[in-house]
Amino acid sequence: MIEITKLSLCELIKNIKDKKISSYEITKAFVERSEKSKLLNSYITEDFKSALNKAKKFDEKPNYNLKLPGIPIAIKDLFCTFGVRTTAGSKILSNFIPSYESTVSKNMWNEGAILLGKLNCDEFAMGSSNETSFFGNVQNPISKNLVPGGSSGGSASALAANLTPATIGTDTGGSIRQPASFTGTVGLKPTYGSCSRYGIVAFASSLDQAGPMTKNVKDCALLHEVISSYDLKDSTSIDFKRKLYSKELSKNIKGKKIGIPKEYRVEGMPNEIEDLWSKGIEYVKGCGAEILEISLPYTNYALPTYYIVAPAEASSNLARYDGVKYGFRSEGKNLNDMYEKTRSEGFGNEVKRRIMIGTYVLSSGYYDAYYLKAQKIRRLIKNDFDQAYKKVDAILTPSTPSSAFKIGEKTNDPVSMYLNDIFTVPVNLAGLPAISIPAGLDKKGYPLGLQIIGKAFDEQSILNIAYAIEDNINFENNISDWWIK
Amino acid sequence: MKKDNFNYYIKRDSNKYEVIIGLEVHAQVLSNSKLFSSSPTKFGAEPNTQVNLVDAAFPGMLPVINEFCIKQAIKTGIGLKAQINRKSVFDRKNYFYADLPQGYQISQYKYPIVGEGKIILDMPYGQKEIGIERLHLEQDAGKSIHDIDPKHTLVDLNRSGVALMEIVSKPDLRSPDEVNVYIKKLRSIMRYLGTCDGNMQEGSLRADVNISVRAEGSKEFGTRCEIKNVNSIKFMQLAINYEANRQVDLLEDGKKIDQETRLYDTKKNQTRSMRSKEDAHDYRYFPDPDLLPLELKENFIEKINLEIPELPDEKKKRFIDKYNLSPYEANILVADKETSEYFEEVIKKSDIKLATNWITGELFALLNKKNLEITQSPISPQNLSKLINLIQNGTISGKIAKTVFELMIDSDKDPKIIVEDKGLKQESDPKELEKIVLKIIATNKDKVEQYKSGKEKLFGFFVGQVMKLSEGKANPKLANDILKKKLSK
Repeated sequence: MIEITKLSLCELIKNIKDKKISSYEITKAFVERSEKSKLLNSYITEDFKSALNKAKKFDEKPNYNLKLPGIPIAIKDLFCTFGVRTTAGSKILSNFIPSYESTVSKNMWNEGAILLGKLNCDEFAMGSSNETSFFGNVQNPISKNLVPGGSSGGSASALAANLTPATIGTDTGGSIRQPASFTGTVGLKPTYGSCSRYGIVAFASSLDQAGPMTKNVKDCALLHEVISSYDLKDSTSIDFKRKLYSKELSKNIKGKKIGIPKEYRVEGMPNEIEDLWSKGIEYVKGCGAEILEISLPYTNYALPTYYIVAPAEASSNLARYDGVKYGFRSEGKNLNDMYEKTRSEGFGNEVKRRIMIGTYVLSSGYYDAYYLKAQKIRRLIKNDFDQAYKKVDAILTPSTPSSAFKIGEKTNDPVSMYLNDIFTVPVNLAGLPAISIPAGLDKKGYPLGLQIIGKAFDEQSILNIAYAIEDNINFENNISDWWIK
Repeated sequence: MKKDNFNYYIKRDSNKYEVIIGLEVHAQVLSNSKLFSSSPTKFGAEPNTQVNLVDAAFPGMLPVINEFCIKQAIKTGIGLKAQINRKSVFDRKNYFYADLPQGYQISQYKYPIVGEGKIILDMPYGQKEIGIERLHLEQDAGKSIHDIDPKHTLVDLNRSGVALMEIVSKPDLRSPDEVNVYIKKLRSIMRYLGTCDGNMQEGSLRADVNISVRAEGSKEFGTRCEIKNVNSIKFMQLAINYEANRQVDLLEDGKKIDQETRLYDTKKNQTRSMRSKEDAHDYRYFPDPDLLPLELKENFIEKINLEIPELPDEKKKRFIDKYNLSPYEANILVADKETSEYFEEVIKKSDIKLATNWITGELFALLNKKNLEITQSPISPQNLSKLINLIQNGTISGKIAKTVFELMIDSDKDPKIIVEDKGLKQESDPKELEKIVLKIIATNKDKVEQYKSGKEKLFGFFVGQVMKLSEGKANPKLANDILKKKLSK
């Protein structure tokens, strides 16, 4: 008997198309496993009953021409879903039910996918460990009391634990790639403008991008193909010719030039990660790619730049959660009192911290010194990549400077938490695509990821390089189902 | 005609103060949908019926620019002879209020769509140019209603997201009269362009008024105060007068003027402090990351340029050159686009001089009395034209014409038919007139004697008698000739 929940997305699709398994059987398998996995706390809102009904309906009138025929998928709770509660991991939206659907999720439903439920995440996607969620910590299935990363922690956890065959997350500074790295899964942050932001609860508008999280590179290519679209409802969506990424997926990377940025050899990085990086370099060399040392001189400034730009935008984006129109409200004596109570009680500490940082850096008298300067450095960081891409086709780096850490280990040290995003943040600032793939385990047995950064709109190249590395590494997650009694 | 001199100063004993005024006019863009959403913009709709998810700032909703509003702003910029900026940026102006759903207003701060321009004012003391600093696009907020529910404030988001043009003048205005003419001229230009209906009662046009005073002859500007959101020309004028006097009184007392934002209380005719400079909001402007910078292509602007109609200044010049009107007459006729069109329709088939007099005289008086726009005129330009022709060709006298005009008001009938039906045709038959004249001479022998002995003033009496007996229909010129001839015998 096949163990349904262990199959990859593409394998499930093949089984459905071959009429070996029905959508209902698949959905039931994931629902049952999800029911048994509550300890992981991956879900914020389950939509199992409705999912089973939709699966039945699909089986009654199956359409095998669709790209995700009858495939149940749980998604990060940052995507607004019609009629299904959408919280962004926050108390302030804990009762919010949208009357509309995000473009990215709609693209999946249009290709036959079925919503399983909404997955846990850091509050408003602000965090690197899923510990800022109002709905509690998420367990990494790799080991007990280990964070799954963040902010798409619930997505990574559910995917690695086989509670969903694939998922989507959002990545503002590493929120797809870091949790993918921490859970031994594949995560792609597409080029800014590739996936519509319409209907995604905004964190930092100029950095936010939705992307696929999957068990392997082929699944990733397919899901990206489904969710990426030009959308008139998002003014920053870009109208470019999108490829059939899964069809054009190829392990042939012969002659590709791959850059190794020397600035990414940061102080205090564990040897295991150095070794993994070297291993990765050997793999791509073995596939016939050419390795070139490159320099991205402004790398050191990326993190401080990010922690000015992102909170600035967030402070403004989150102003709409004021208790007036929807969501949580705490009654007050007057309007200002109501605002203060609602936002004090409705937001968690990390969100408040970032709203305050953002408000500060935009204040008159500080704007030029912080926000404006950060925007200038952001341009220089982008220039770094532009220069590098005159010589190379893609850039290979580690995904994170460490493997997953324990729950509670970094909650009182925000800067150490922020340092987790050191390799992922420059990519968002430059608007580039990047993929994280699992590449090995550290001595504790925790997964480590490699990141491949591409040219803007060249998702195909990094998918291909990832595909080739994946083939060489033969990575396998070692998960014991410890949370199932 | 002797030109009046400019004379608006605030005087105290021997001191004379000049008043410096700058206006920030908020003009609602004439558009069927909002600046960043597809919601309708109709005035007077039921509360919260013209609101969509974007206007109410639901999570994940994004603004998408309305190209038509951009065109309207560019048109207005062209009408103000202004620089159209090829690149402009939408910024977020952050503040909290219940009727501001996003928690920020999308506006243009550093890089407005329209740069410097000008407006020419026709003042009794000559033409005056008022500089335009900039025009930018921004969203309107919703409306907080405090007086319906005793315990709660209600919010109506119908206006939330409606496109406004903020038109900022340079501090070139010097009196309430200039403000009056400036607002009217600006409104006239926008109405010609169809970019703003200028309806102040509906709030389509309102202004923040910046005022400072300085001793006459001084080159330095004084400290200014801003009076927020004044919604009629009359109130602007009253507010300026009050505020200028208040500032002068402070200076005369040796006190300082605080830079502050003030409100005009229409009931008390006073301005009062709303917030001082220290309490001013920090709006934390920054470029809206949801919108890319607005870049305009040359051919886009050129296309709009082709749609620009003849504007009041050009039309005025043409009326003067082509129709030989005085600048005064031309001004009156072009101020309102519809009036100028009515005028040109009338003179297609009738005398220009008479048409000018009849439109600016009888017709304006009628419209004024009935409180009607010229487009609602009970008398069509075609029929007015016919009436003028009846005068011109001697069918009726000017006096009878007024009677006919009165009769036309109710029915807008062809004046020829009225003249025939009512038998108002002018009596131009010399034999008939002679009969009347002889009858008058026969019945007023004493007056005739007096006239003949030198009391020539009595001639008017005889003319009056002719008109009376002919029921006003006598051709005046002919009647005069015959009277003169008969009385001199």
